[in-house]
Amino acid sequence: MAFDDAYGALTDHDDDARWAYGTGFTDPLAGVPAGFPEGVDRAGLAAYCLMLGDDALIMSHRLQQWVTRAPELEDEMALANIGLDLLGQARLLLARAGEAEGAGRDEDDLAYRRDPHEFRNVRLAERADADFAHLIARLLVLTTWRLALFDRLAGSRDPMLAAIAAKGVKELTYHRDYAARWTVRLGDGTALSHERMTAAVAEVLPPAAELFQPHQIELSLAAAGVAVDPATLRAEFDTVLAEVLTTATIDVAPGFSATAVGSPAATPGSPAATAGSPAAAAGSPETAASGRDGEHTEALGGILAEMQGLARAVPGGAW
Amino acid sequence: MSEDVRHEWPLFEVFVRAKRGLNHVHVGSLRAADHQMAVQHARDLYTRRNEGVSIWVVRSDDVVASDPDDKAAYFEPSADKVYRHPTYYAIPDSVPHI
Amino acid sequence: MNGEETFADTIARDHRVEPRDWMPDGYRQTLIRQIAQHAHSEIIGMQPEGEWITRAPTLRRKAILLAKVQDEAGHGLYLYSAAETLGADRGDLTRRLIEGRQKYSSIFNYPTLSFADVGVIGWLVDGAAICNQVPLCRSSYGPYARAMIRICKEESFHQRQGYELLMTMMGGTPEQRDMVQDAVNRWWWPSLMMFGPPDGDSPNSARSMAWKIKRHSNDELRQRFVDMTVPQAEALGVTLPDPQLRWNEERSRYDFGEPEWSELKRVISGDGPLNRQRIERRRQADADGAWVREAAAAHAEKQRSRR
Repeated sequence: MAFDDAYGALTDHDDDARWAYGTGFTDPLAGVPAGFPEGVDRAGLAAYCLMLGDDALIMSHRLQQWVTRAPELEDEMALANIGLDLLGQARLLLARAGEAEGAGRDEDDLAYRRDPHEFRNVRLAERADADFAHLIARLLVLTTWRLALFDRLAGSRDPMLAAIAAKGVKELTYHRDYAARWTVRLGDGTALSHERMTAAVAEVLPPAAELFQPHQIELSLAAAGVAVDPATLRAEFDTVLAEVLTTATIDVAPGFSATAVGSPAATPGSPAATAGSPAAAAGSPETAASGRDGEHTEALGGILAEMQGLARAVPGGAW
Repeated sequence: MSEDVRHEWPLFEVFVRAKRGLNHVHVGSLRAADHQMAVQHARDLYTRRNEGVSIWVVRSDDVVASDPDDKAAYFEPSADKVYRHPTYYAIPDSVPHI
Repeated sequence: MNGEETFADTIARDHRVEPRDWMPDGYRQTLIRQIAQHAHSEIIGMQPEGEWITRAPTLRRKAILLAKVQDEAGHGLYLYSAAETLGADRGDLTRRLIEGRQKYSSIFNYPTLSFADVGVIGWLVDGAAICNQVPLCRSSYGPYARAMIRICKEESFHQRQGYELLMTMMGGTPEQRDMVQDAVNRWWWPSLMMFGPPDGDSPNSARSMAWKIKRHSNDELRQRFVDMTVPQAEALGVTLPDPQLRWNEERSRYDFGEPEWSELKRVISGDGPLNRQRIERRRQADADGAWVREAAAAHAEKQRSRR
């Protein structure tokens, strides 16, 4: 048997035999025009890309922390896939933020060289998971919101943002499906799992209000056809959540209903929290600190210490 | 006691179609609580490198197979039916398209 | 031919034994033990590198490492799948691992002290694993051989990403070069021990070779690994920590020193630096996941009865 190198036995008949199965890898952003559409506020675009990129980066970090801790090995595969998808979205969005900013910062400068108050993710993304039910509840909320957003963002006037969103829609569709199915299994599983899933949803829904609280940057970019006003995502979000939670036999907030939460009366900037909606428990949005302004919980400091420690400890390092 | 430990989820066999025009091919098995979960797991486990365009899953205990002991009775009788093969028939090279 | 004769004939002709074929009980048990040990190694092997995913110093390296550690979970699953074709149950095998009644590769009981360890594990540990595994692609048991083919193909990225990381680090700062050399110093001997004890001290090898479960002796594979690795170390600019390592013109192979076998025995018997932590993490994940797995099973049962 040929054995000049470790692959000798495999390469007897076929030079390609040592390489993994699977072909046809493509660059999803190939052909996207460079540059920026006319009249777009580049500083605003950079800030917006950071918001969406940081959401993905920080949520991906939390998923990475589940590695070797998933409830079953098949779910190791699934959670890693979701973590990789979100990491990929983060990289594209941070890179776009750097381009829009025009100060020469790349994805790694933005991920590793910013302090907590410079991060723009929602606080829900940085929240630690007490158990698998909490992870699933956060995934359900974040991916339902993000899918509704990316669906609309695919029509952005910024061609790069539109391409990133179009790619993300396919990924997020699967993420939402994974989270929804687990919500149903846990909600409609055993008495213990029902209790844990219900508790997780009840804890995760109130902070979710932050997702729909429009930031000035989102509003002005939305007016320019570049971004999406997050308040417009509520109807879809509430419909999806109501359907999933009903199937899961989970009755969270008394009075929770899709129509109340998705009420058109919840206009941007106004107290969006109608009674009984997820936002109600979070208090008035005007007073609520938002991650979009760099106001974070202590959890983010812990995440960044872990994520950035090595990169910062070796100045000029090549990796 | 350990002899009695069984996994909470049943075993499923997974078949993947690598690309359109090819049959689904058996690639292995996995554990899942139900068929839908099995399809999701199969997607995450067996197609993460672009290896497939379609997945089938079947519960392993639903697979009915021929008995290896019947191999002779099942498969050997066809071995001498060489007249089923086109090369059995001699046709002069000068005859085209046959 | 009866089952026994068919089996002997299949092995003699270098054909594959398939799940429903008659096979000697010793063959079945040896395979279950070896495949399970291999699967456990993949799963426990996620831990040393997994420690660095959240700390990876660039987003590219983070994605690579996450994909790699995920592959290891996948490889564990392919192997458990092969073991289950022999009548084993994954729940039972996991229990045996957690209770210490089945082993995994001792290499994963060493700590990963710096990010260079990620590169060195890819280069040396995965390199050694590939040397061990490529011949298993021709193992006499069909499902095992097929799982190994898939694994070896996927591992080709694991080794290369490790070597590429080390090349990049060697082109970085002096501190980084020191990190790489330090990691090589720590992982070299444990990597050589991955091939198992010397042939004279490997009781089960002969039978496994006769059954063609195993196709090369431990010492032969170890020699091949050294011969492959020395030029790679030279290209990288690191020194392998073995003063006896030198080219032997007569044999056309490298001579090398003897690993500290007493250490291997110590680590195998459970006294390695991290044996307890590795098993404890796996036990914890399995225990923490029990309510989730039970819930999914209960939900599936409800769905069936509703239909």
